[in-house]
Amino acid sequence: MDLQTFLQQFVNALSLGSLYALIAIGYTMVYGILRLINFAHGDVFMIGGYLAFYGISTFVIPWWLAVALAIALTTLFGVGLERAAYRPLRDSPRISIMISAIGASFLIENLAIVLFDARPKAFPVSDFFAANYVFSGVYVAGISLIIPLVTIVLLAVLLWIVHRTKTGMAMRAVSTDIDAARLMAIDVDRIISITFAIGSALAAIGGIMWALKYPRLEPLMGIMPGLKCFIAAVVGGIGSIAGAVLGGLLLGFIELMTIAFLPELTGYKDAFAFVLLIVVLLVKPTGLLGKNQGEKV
Amino acid sequence: MKKIFSLLTLAAIMAAGVSLTGCSNSGSSSDVIKIGVFEPLTGANGAGGADEHDGIKLANKLFPTVLGKKVQLVVVDNKSDKVEAANAATVLAQKEKVNAVIGSWGSSLSMSGGPIFAEAKIPAVAVSATNPNVTKGNDYYFRVCFLDPFQGVVGATYAAKTLNAKKVAIIREVSNDYSVGLAKFFADEFVKLTGDQKSIVATADYNTGDQDFTAQLTNIKQFEPDVIFAPGNYTESALIIKQARALGMKAQFIGGDTWDVTSFLEVGGAAVEGAVFSTFFANDVPINKTSEAFLKSFREEYKKEPAAVSALGYDAYLVILEAIKRTNSAEPQKIRDALTQTKDFEGSAGSITINAERNADKAAVFKTVKDGKFVFLTTVKP
Repeated sequence: MDLQTFLQQFVNALSLGSLYALIAIGYTMVYGILRLINFAHGDVFMIGGYLAFYGISTFVIPWWLAVALAIALTTLFGVGLERAAYRPLRDSPRISIMISAIGASFLIENLAIVLFDARPKAFPVSDFFAANYVFSGVYVAGISLIIPLVTIVLLAVLLWIVHRTKTGMAMRAVSTDIDAARLMAIDVDRIISITFAIGSALAAIGGIMWALKYPRLEPLMGIMPGLKCFIAAVVGGIGSIAGAVLGGLLLGFIELMTIAFLPELTGYKDAFAFVLLIVVLLVKPTGLLGKNQGEKV
Repeated sequence: MKKIFSLLTLAAIMAAGVSLTGCSNSGSSSDVIKIGVFEPLTGANGAGGADEHDGIKLANKLFPTVLGKKVQLVVVDNKSDKVEAANAATVLAQKEKVNAVIGSWGSSLSMSGGPIFAEAKIPAVAVSATNPNVTKGNDYYFRVCFLDPFQGVVGATYAAKTLNAKKVAIIREVSNDYSVGLAKFFADEFVKLTGDQKSIVATADYNTGDQDFTAQLTNIKQFEPDVIFAPGNYTESALIIKQARALGMKAQFIGGDTWDVTSFLEVGGAAVEGAVFSTFFANDVPINKTSEAFLKSFREEYKKEPAAVSALGYDAYLVILEAIKRTNSAEPQKIRDALTQTKDFEGSAGSITINAERNADKAAVFKTVKDGKFVFLTTVKP
């Protein structure tokens, strides 16, 4: 493999990894506060992509407006999901909420098949994102430059919200001990709603970025990215926002470098992701950047 | 833990109960003839299955009765998944007790249902499943399309003779029997035609449902192939071509019949311009009276252009109906025997003669993409 090919593979992996990172942040955010693995995250991600699609191609509104609207509506959707599927079970055993999350995920997927049609839809990509750049023989898609930027900005914003604002402080309090937080006059339901709103907005941004990079929408598009980004979040240390970014990048690199260096093992590239999960959990159960918190689901 | 276990037990009991009541409900009445439609209506192959289903539905609407009985379509979704396909086939064979089956889009899915239909002695007619193993050794599986050994040969001939290609790279959908088989037939013929063992410069694999192919394409790019042969699912293929162009690759792409779906054009956009593939049927040139009638009623019914597999789905329905008429019975075994006698049946996608291997000998058509549309290039006879 010559240097140019290697650099090209490096760019490919960076671009995929940062996309994984972007979606993993949303997972880890909800888990970190609520200790709930939101299995419907991948489906909220899909809804975000579809809403942007309908905004751009059916209602023909400018793409930036469609994207903003899609993020807003998906956020509402996520908050509604929390109300309907998770809040009534707040005091039930954790396993019940998890089963409810799995049920919600199946419901959304099948509803999407009925509403959006199972045929794949082509996501309209504006010229701004479709542009390509060449740096001494290495091809970089415009979107591959934007995704890492978006990831970094979101990472900074989230760290700021969680560590520098009053809401963030309340979130951390809820994450440590819900009952104690309630005694301190924190409106726990409101904080959880805000957490879901942020998580869903992140899923929507992830879905739209995914659709811009791979312009094909289908109702089950969220399952595999959802699973992989869940792995990324766990590997990075679930609950840790910086860990999610690290895990996402790691996963992207493992996947693409497997193909680049061991092309005959391509069929097993997803298996490598799962093996990575098992190894990390065996060696360091809290993940790469995770804190030891005693109790786990 | 105890709680989970009791929940699971409860779920298992409920599932068993549902399937039991399901069985007791199924008394097949003799005044309807049931034809099972075994297609992927959701998942990665959803668009292909829906296109075949369109053709079958149209045929059922135009020819709703045979032997004075109503023909009822029983549609099951095999969800583009080999395991689900086996479940769906079992539903058709055991619960619905259909008289015959049409489908499935995708050789792997057909092969998954094959043994179940054979065991129930129900004849199945594949619409566009081109892998030889679909009908091989299964006395109850037929097809109305050509086979991959033929398609691989015409593809390789096109690359070697018409395009004068010297170096070819292959991208296979490794979990798909159709793609792997077709890639092999193509490679064997291309090596034979060029007389150069090294003329296949690279082979890359991907999985069904993958979205990122940049690593495989970057590997291939080093070998600078003239042609890239990429038989596989249409949306993955469209993304492959798109990503190849974004990596600055200019090689000619060649594919197979699975690309003949409008989703290929929608997802691929400008990137798939000039891509060439072999397929069953060209809708810009009606070849006989049946295809003329088919094209007219399809355009009226759906307000769009038919895909090649829609025409084949239409033909599969008519072939079964004709067999029922000839044998004057709706008994599955008799339909099966009558199907083997199908000779010079005028289908919308060309004349169908079922040979001793239960396959149809048919010509292939080459199409290319021009200005966002499929355009007819040439016909290749067997």
